Amino acid sequence: MRKVALFVAFLFVGAFLLLGVADMRPFGEPQIADMDDYYIANTQREVAVNNVVTAVVFDYRGFDTLGEATVLFAAVVGILALFRKPREDER
Amino acid sequence: MKNNGMSIIVRTVTRFVYGLIILFGFYVIMHGHLSPGGGFQGGAVVASAFALLLVAFGSTGLKGRLNLHWLQTMEEVGALSFLALAFLGIGTAFFYNLFANSGGFLFGASVPTGSNAGVFAAGGLVPLMNWAVGLKVMTGIAAIVIIMLVGSRKEETE
Repeated sequence: MRKVALFVAFLFVGAFLLLGVADMRPFGEPQIADMDDYYIANTQREVAVNNVVTAVVFDYRGFDTLGEATVLFAAVVGILALFRKPREDER
Repeated sequence: MKNNGMSIIVRTVTRFVYGLIILFGFYVIMHGHLSPGGGFQGGAVVASAFALLLVAFGSTGLKGRLNLHWLQTMEEVGALSFLALAFLGIGTAFFYNLFANSGGFLFGASVPTGSNAGVFAAGGLVPLMNWAVGLKVMTGIAAIVIIMLVGSRKEETE
């Protein structure tokens, strides 16, 4: 019973994924490319950087990078809080 | 010989390559505005060299070379300098690239449009932010690895 249910679920999910594949646009032709075209056309003039990805990460979407740095900081602080040596009076 | 590191082959190879890994990581950070990579990636490469040292030599391998308090301090220095660089252009907008195309000595050169090899002294705040984030990521991940190794060792002995 359990295996049959799993198989039906597998078929459903697979059918949905295949439907999505049939509806996909061809590679390299996205539906909306305004932002990409803007970055490619203006990065060298505005940011004076050849690496467009770095220009997006540190200039156009710098706030997002700040969030990523915060995630790393939170990870370090959390692991430190988890693994730190307990003081003598806390044991 | 009480040692929780790995075999002598691993330790010898590690002694050869860890400097090169650190050098490559700094190269990736330094050329983040020209070639693939940047602060995050280069910092992770440098931190992987520290992780390799820890795995090869055991928890005693880094004793005296990397101080945990120093690592945490440098991580916060990187985070705060990244924030400070972001606040530099607050007169226009948060994360405004103040130094790009300014003509100043601090990465102020312009880049010709079209395909070219890139200008190293260009990019304004982008290379400086690469260094800040690289410092933060390399020390942060190294601190995570060291803390987790020391913490798991402590639980084994208890």
